[in-house]
Amino acid sequence: MGELKLMKGNEAVAEAAIRAGADGYFGYPITPQSEIMEYLMTEKPYETTGMVVLQAESEVAAINMVYGGASCGRMVMTSSSSPGISLKMEGISYLAGAELPAVIVNVVRGGPGLGTIQPSQSDYFQATKGGGHGDYRMYVLAPSSVQEMCDFVKIGFDMAFKYRNPVMILSDGAIGQMMEKVVLFDPIPRRTPEEIEKQCPWATVGKKANRERNIITSLLLDSHEQEQHVFKLRDKYKRMQQEDVKFEKIQCDDAEYLFVAYGSSARICQKAVDMARAQGIKVGLFRPITLFPFPSEELKKLSSQIKGILSVEMSLGQMIEDIKLAVECKVPVNHFGRTGGVIHSPGEVFEALKSTYLGG
Amino acid sequence: MDIKDIIKPENIVYKKTKLFTEKPLSYCPGCGHGTAHRMLLEVLEEMNIYSDTVGIAPVGCSVLAYEFLDIDMQQAAHGRAPALATAVKRLMPDKFVFTYQGDGDLAAIGTAETIHACNRGENFTMIFINNGIYGMTGGQMAPTTLPGMRASTCPFGRNTEIMGNPLKITELLAQLPGVYYATRQAVHTPNAVRKTKKALRNAFEYQKLKKGISFVEIVSNCNSGWKMTPNQSNKWMEDNMFPFYPLGDIKVPQLEKV
Ligand SMILES: Cc1ncc(C[n+]2csc(CCOP(=O)(O)OP(=O)(O)O)c2C)c(N)n1
Ligand code: SF4
Repeated sequence: MGELKLMKGNEAVAEAAIRAGADGYFGYPITPQSEIMEYLMTEKPYETTGMVVLQAESEVAAINMVYGGASCGRMVMTSSSSPGISLKMEGISYLAGAELPAVIVNVVRGGPGLGTIQPSQSDYFQATKGGGHGDYRMYVLAPSSVQEMCDFVKIGFDMAFKYRNPVMILSDGAIGQMMEKVVLFDPIPRRTPEEIEKQCPWATVGKKANRERNIITSLLLDSHEQEQHVFKLRDKYKRMQQEDVKFEKIQCDDAEYLFVAYGSSARICQKAVDMARAQGIKVGLFRPITLFPFPSEELKKLSSQIKGILSVEMSLGQMIEDIKLAVECKVPVNHFGRTGGVIHSPGEVFEALKSTYLGG
Repeated sequence: MDIKDIIKPENIVYKKTKLFTEKPLSYCPGCGHGTAHRMLLEVLEEMNIYSDTVGIAPVGCSVLAYEFLDIDMQQAAHGRAPALATAVKRLMPDKFVFTYQGDGDLAAIGTAETIHACNRGENFTMIFINNGIYGMTGGQMAPTTLPGMRASTCPFGRNTEIMGNPLKITELLAQLPGVYYATRQAVHTPNAVRKTKKALRNAFEYQKLKKGISFVEIVSNCNSGWKMTPNQSNKWMEDNMFPFYPLGDIKVPQLEKV
């Protein structure tokens, strides 16, 4: 078993990056995720593993540093919170267009605008539907514990390189700030330049005599070529759907009603499930772990036995659209949520289920 | 004598550097971009560092630079090249890294990335083509457009009261401790070309020292954007651009005695 530690979610992300063998982190401070860079600066991985850690002048610069580093086949990541992620969207679109691997952590806070620093899930659309310009998607992982904040960094890098695509870890201020015990995975050594050249033959590391020059670009002036490129990206997103959808089912086997929730909301719903079950109401929790690709197939299968779904989100209701599409509107789907940084309580969620489906 | 008697290997005095690809340049005839590319490539070839070099192309007329230069290259979002170069150089400190940017790219949308990469003293080379206009998008006003100079977004000439003043970005950057070498050159005459090549050579030699940014501004024409013939534009550049953007070194390193 790996090392056991009590850590903040944000610290777990930072420690996981070092242990995963990341080559670089480029960031810009914003609450509630500044501990990620602070932890890295304190741990000084540049002295131990050689990982580069740099505070950029802005989120725009940070994501473009990620673009530059990823272009060299390096394992690079950045993190931010909602307003900063909006600034990173230009770079994320370029990463997707140029097919570059990178991990981007969004520790979401309430918005729009400067909003509040309290946790929220209101960036779901931005994360899963593109966010930046153009026809593209990110692979989006939604952790619901500090343990997953740690584990998903490693999975994130694996997926980023498997698909040569940006990966977002969509967390929120509650998971970023809370402390829990974490089992840390054993450190993986950083890849050597030779290993990188072998594994990423496309990387711009200097053109050797034995190959064509490598070019990283997202520019295709011919619209037919651009269309082919977008089709190629689409096929990649389809492959994600077939090969790497992740979800969790809690007490779903005999469930008549379903909470569908991710991240912090899923943790709250878990408690609401217990409350309902204590009163003999058969409720289950379906937790999408990948928000893109959304676990539509599984949810559809499950829905044949279900009388009603409550989408529980810390937003006005964004994931509910994916749920409705998944169940093809054959099951009633309603939303319950608080927004603007307010977190719902398990009791509230349970009450919402009762008033929506059980006649109060 | 027939033309065939003249075109013989032994008569060739000047030929394409092997680092140019076969792709015809997409620049307007008479534009300085092509000559600037050539000087850059000659330096990389003469220093024999091209297989250890990563170049970063901008958004602007030279967006397709990677099509012409036979080296590994990345294409950056508008203005962001210095951010890419920062990461590339930090992750691969022993490689040579350069950015190649126009004035709209480097001195407008990318001002923050430019100033901060320079101020941090990143160890790469920046090549800055200042033609006082946005060429690619059809001749709009740039931060470097001269007072009174016409552009499509200042059709009656740049009125500094309304549109602000031209930005001498190289002078500004030279003030920063992270800039090791800053020079301003041109490529409109053989003599100017030779000086530019020397400056580029210096820039890459200085990059080896890892003492900060080596910055080469090349004041160039945009005959299309300026709506002149190539010859007229070169003359206009001498008469109008050079008085405002005087050629020559702006910051030269005080090399330590060995
Ligand atoms: C974010 C963004 N804004 C605007 C543009 C449009 N655009 C493309 S090139 C350019 C100006 C380039 O001018 P300059 O850097 O001076 O290069 P030149 O074409 O003169 O060589 C602009 C505004 C863009 N591609 N991206
Ligand atoms: S538009 Fe101007 S800068 Fe662009 S290629 Fe033509 S002359 Fe050169």
